[in-house]
Amino acid sequence: MNDSSVIVAGFIPLLDCAPLVVASECGFAQNEGIELTLVRETSWANIRDRIVVGHFDVAHMLGPMAVASTLGIGHLKVPIVAPFSFGLGGNAITVSLALWRDMTLHGAGVSASPAVQGAALKQVVAERMASKRPPLTFAMVYPFSSHNYLLRYWLASCGIDPDQDVRLVVLPPPLLVDAMREGQIDGFCVGEPWNSLAVSVGVGCIVAATAAIWRHAPEKVLACRHEWAQRSPDRLQRLLRALSKAAHWCAAPENRRELARLLSDPRYVGAPADILSRGLSNELGLIPAGAPRAIPYFYEVAGHRANYPLRSHALWFYSQMVRWKQIEYSEELQAAATETYRPDIYHAALQLDELEIPSASREDRGFFDEIPFDASDIRRYLSSLRAPVE
Amino acid sequence: MTSMPEEKPQAETSLHILIVDQNVMRASILEEGLREAGYRKVSVLRDMQNLMRKIVDIDPEVIFIDLENPNRDVLEQLFTVSRCVRRPIAMFVDRSDTDMIEAAVDAGVGAYVVDGLKKERVKAVLDMAVSRFNAFQKLREELDRARAELDERKVIERAKGILMKERGLSEQAAYTLLRKAAMNENRRVLDVAQSVITAARLLK
Repeated sequence: MNDSSVIVAGFIPLLDCAPLVVASECGFAQNEGIELTLVRETSWANIRDRIVVGHFDVAHMLGPMAVASTLGIGHLKVPIVAPFSFGLGGNAITVSLALWRDMTLHGAGVSASPAVQGAALKQVVAERMASKRPPLTFAMVYPFSSHNYLLRYWLASCGIDPDQDVRLVVLPPPLLVDAMREGQIDGFCVGEPWNSLAVSVGVGCIVAATAAIWRHAPEKVLACRHEWAQRSPDRLQRLLRALSKAAHWCAAPENRRELARLLSDPRYVGAPADILSRGLSNELGLIPAGAPRAIPYFYEVAGHRANYPLRSHALWFYSQMVRWKQIEYSEELQAAATETYRPDIYHAALQLDELEIPSASREDRGFFDEIPFDASDIRRYLSSLRAPVE
Repeated sequence: MTSMPEEKPQAETSLHILIVDQNVMRASILEEGLREAGYRKVSVLRDMQNLMRKIVDIDPEVIFIDLENPNRDVLEQLFTVSRCVRRPIAMFVDRSDTDMIEAAVDAGVGAYVVDGLKKERVKAVLDMAVSRFNAFQKLREELDRARAELDERKVIERAKGILMKERGLSEQAAYTLLRKAAMNENRRVLDVAQSVITAARLLK
């Protein structure tokens, strides 16, 4: 076996591992001379550790986890690079039927805007406080995740303090639907297929796609150790080309059925194909037995805008780490966070024209509260956000 | 794997250690090892509901969790600055020591310690966890092998039963027939037995 052609990749069973699965199953990796081995993992912590110790060459990783590892927050400081984005969006916030009923009494509605849903939630939170009932519990998948930050963003922007007014807990995706059914949690923010699964089994209602909170929001990345990227530049570039082509294959409507079937294999995501195709077609059923609704830009899988590792994305994640006191602000940390994302490697692998480089400005204005993200001055940006009540 | 309980200073056995593992056997193997080495404060959590709250109540200084456990991510919430955690928890090992983390990940165990604990204080405990996890892994492999052998024996027994009934053979004759067929076709007895069962099912 030729070492220079083997790549071992870890992934978590979620919809956006699709480009990796397709690269491996549909010949895109092979065409680039890569022998791609996929290893399914059960926790984000395992993904990180197995990248760190070298069990995996690359992995499907939460964007903020790559940044946190580079900065050494809470864990070993191991420089990680992210030269490819697995797409934009793909997540949603789902609440229990009981919470949905309470929210509809305060104006929430199927596919209402995040501002309307948030205002209704704020009323429910206030009522519970007034009647001395325990705070609502929301789950997300990991402390360093876009799920955590977008859930917090939405809550804070609607006047709900994520640390005071509700309880935020971490729960692994496979346990979310049961925890909601048993009343342990009232809501969660997670990637597909878990939202659609909760709706289809009559346990929850989707109140907002994260794409409605921040259109074109960054999500997971292909991650590897900085040292591995330096040691294997050619292998990495070939992988990026394979992933880019695989992502285009995923985006083609005529391949959607086959993609859903591939991902439904227990070796990959292991959810029913009809549930998986909801997220793939940007058409989600939002309430049990409800008709599918088109969610614009729900999950963008391919093209330079979706796959280019924009440095402003790494910066936004860092800004939220500072905002929620996971780390302090400093220029050095900001620089290190930015350098985690490596558009230069993407560029070199895919030979972009200058005109094809996506510009950050478009994404940065896509927030539902219309506050633009100014990557040039993070502290000013943070002070422009609606602060949770002091 | 090195073992060192003899030279360990007495004071270290006061460390409060928590084992989070849904596998009863593996948890007991580690717990037993720690108790034998003199650690008196060892807690085991098998029920994963409200994991965070339970950990905060137990307030351990060292936590072990198996890597097959998806609840590992729940535990990582302890890393982030949070009002509910009295003492911040960090990943085990000194930042320079990746050998240790490698040994732990290879053995399938994740380890966390209260921030600020000296490496020397917890090294013995980690080594113990790694060696016990490795021992369990070996045990499990042996168990799997034994189970597979048992399954194979059952298949052959069933095929023999079919031949005895359908062809009126004695047990010994039925087995000889299976073995002869296997030798003639250059296959394993198990495979021939499996074909007999399949054929019998189809002909029913």
